[in-house]
Amino acid sequence: MSNLIDVRNLTLTVPSTKGRVPVVQDLSFTIKQGEKLGLVGESGSGKSLTAFSLMRLIKDPVRIESGEIYINGVDVLKLSAEQFRKYRGSEIAMIYQDPMSALNPIMKIGDQIVESIQLHNKISKADARRFAIELLASVGIPEPEERINSYPFEMSGGMLQRVVIAIALSGEPKVLIADEATTALDVTTQERVLNLLNRLAEERNLSVLLITHDLGVAAQFSDRINVMYGGKLVEQGKIKDVFTNPFHPYTRALLDSRCDYTVDVNKPIRSIAGQPPRPDNRPPGCVFAPRCEHTISQCTSEAPTLRSVKERQVACIRVEELSVRN
Amino acid sequence: MTSQIINVDKLSREFKGSGGTVRALDAISLAVTEGTTLAVVGESGSGKTTAARLILGLDTPSKGSISVLGQEITSFGPSQMRPLRRDIQVVQQDPFSQLNRRHTVKRIIEGPMLAFKVGDKKSREERVIELLEAVGLEREHLKRKPHELSGGQCQRVAIARALALDPKILILDEAVSALDVSVRAQVLNLLKKLQRDRGLTYLFITHDLGVAHYMADEIVVMFRGRIVERGTRSEVFDTPGHHYTAGLLASVPVADFTDTKAAVSDVIVQATPNKADACAYRSRCPIGKNLDDCASKALTETMSSATHGWLCHFPIDR
Repeated sequence: MSNLIDVRNLTLTVPSTKGRVPVVQDLSFTIKQGEKLGLVGESGSGKSLTAFSLMRLIKDPVRIESGEIYINGVDVLKLSAEQFRKYRGSEIAMIYQDPMSALNPIMKIGDQIVESIQLHNKISKADARRFAIELLASVGIPEPEERINSYPFEMSGGMLQRVVIAIALSGEPKVLIADEATTALDVTTQERVLNLLNRLAEERNLSVLLITHDLGVAAQFSDRINVMYGGKLVEQGKIKDVFTNPFHPYTRALLDSRCDYTVDVNKPIRSIAGQPPRPDNRPPGCVFAPRCEHTISQCTSEAPTLRSVKERQVACIRVEELSVRN
Repeated sequence: MTSQIINVDKLSREFKGSGGTVRALDAISLAVTEGTTLAVVGESGSGKTTAARLILGLDTPSKGSISVLGQEITSFGPSQMRPLRRDIQVVQQDPFSQLNRRHTVKRIIEGPMLAFKVGDKKSREERVIELLEAVGLEREHLKRKPHELSGGQCQRVAIARALALDPKILILDEAVSALDVSVRAQVLNLLKKLQRDRGLTYLFITHDLGVAHYMADEIVVMFRGRIVERGTRSEVFDTPGHHYTAGLLASVPVADFTDTKAAVSDVIVQATPNKADACAYRSRCPIGKNLDDCASKALTETMSSATHGWLCHFPIDR
C-alpha cells in the first residue's frame, strides 16, 4: 500500500532570546491509505504543531524551517497558498478538541454543512442539503432530516463533535486529523465517537492521524503509534508492540506513569521526575537524558538518531542493551 | 466530634431559568470519614461541582442540610463561614486561573495566612518554605510568577496555598485533570503522601475513573444530580450494581491489550431523556429502557452492605 502521507525531516522553529530554536526537530513518518496512526506525547512535545504543518496552518512566530510533506505524492510545502486550498478539506481535513469553537453558534448546523459541501463541489443547494443529511446519518446522528435545522446550542458536545466530523468529511478527504477530538467528551460519549471514527476509516478507507495525550485512547484506536517528546519522535511502531514492550525509556516511563484502574493503589505511581524541556533550553544530546534513569555520558553529548530495531524505530543509543535486559 | 467530617443530608439545589427549573442536585446524601478520601465521579452536568460549591459554603442549597466538622453550615452566611475556611480548602482544575498572575509564588502561598493574620513576617516566611518543600518545589520558585511556571508547578503552588492554614479538609475539584500524564502521577503521589503525613480528608471530584480508583477509599457515582451508586473502591469497581456504573467502567479506554471488550455501537443511543422517567438513566439503560417500573416507580436507595448501595429497580445480577 502506498504512503498517503510522507513527512520527511520536518523542522519547525520559534524565536527566542537565543535565536530561532526548534520545537519540532527532524521529524519523519508516513501514513498509509486506510491506516490509523496515533500520536502521543505530553504538552509541548510538538503533536499539534505536527498536525498544523500537515494542514499548512503554521503561522508566525512558528516557522517551517526545513523538510518535506508529501500528501498523495505531492510536496505540499512547495505549493502556493492558493494551490493548497484545493487540498485543504478535499485531501486532508482536521477536527479539534472543542466542537463549539469550530462551529458558528448562530447558524443552523445544516447550513454550515451545506456551505462546506458547496465549497468543495459545484452542486445545487438542494443536492448539497441531501448530501448533508446523508453525512449526518453516516456520523450516527438520529433523525438527520430534523436535526439539520438545529442550532449548535441545541446539541450536546458529542453530537456537535459528530457535526464537525460531518463537515470534515464534506470534501471527501483521504486523510483526517483528529487533534484531541474526544478529550472534552464524557467517557461513554468518547467511546462512541472513537468507534464512529473507526467505522468511517474502514468504510471510506480513510487514513486517520489521532493526536491524544490519553494512552488508553491511543491504544484502543491506533494501528501504529508515534511517541513524541520535546519536539522529537522517540519511538514508532505497531501499537501493540510499543505498548506491551516499549523500547524507548520515555515510552516506558510514560506508560508506567499512567493512572488507570489497573494500577496498584497501594504503591506510588512511577512518575517521571522533572519537567519536559523548554524549547529555548533543550539539553545537548538526547532530549530525554536529563529525566531518564538510564542516562550515560554519551547520552548527554550525542543526539540519538531514529534507528530501525525489530520492526520499529527508536531514538535511543542504548536501546539494544536496555530492551535485551527487559 | 464524630469521625464523619462532612455530612450531607438530602441536599438539593435548583436553578430557575427561562426554560423552567433545573434540578442540579436531587436529594443527595453523603458522609466523609476523617482522614479518608471520598471520590465523586460522574460525567459533565451530573452535579459534582454544584455539590462541592455547597459544601464549601459558596452557594446556598434549595433543600437539605450540610454539616462540616460538626457544624451545621446550611444557612451560614459569609461571615459565619469565614472561620471554617481555615479548615476546608479547595484546589481547582485550571492551574493558571486559580492563581493571581500578578503575585509571586511566595505571596500566593502566604495569602491565606495574611487573610487570617496568622503569625509574623518571619514565621510566615518559614511556613511558606516548609510548604514549598512539602509540595516538591524549590526556594528558587519563591520569586516567580505563575506564567513562569509549568502547569504541574502551578498546581503544586495551589496545593501549598490550600495547606497554608493547616486545613482538615481539601476539596479537589478535577485538580489533576489538566495535567500531563507524568506530571499527574507526581501530583497524585504528592496528594497521597500529604494525606498520610497530615491526616487530611479529601473530597476528590473527578470524571477520570482511573484517578478515582487510585485515590479513593469510597466512591459515589453521580448521574443527573443524583447519587446512583455508592460503595468502597472495590465494591464499586469490582461489583458495580448500577448499569450506569458498569457502562462507565466499560467505556474507559485502557492501554492494555489483554482485555477484550465487547464492541459498542457508535450510534447515539438517545439524545433526549424523558424527564418524566423515575430513573434518569432509563433512556440509556440497556435493561430499563423497556421496563415500566423504571419509568413510573419512584426509586429509593437499596443497600447491599453497610457501604454499598444503588438507585436501581433491576440492579446487575450476580
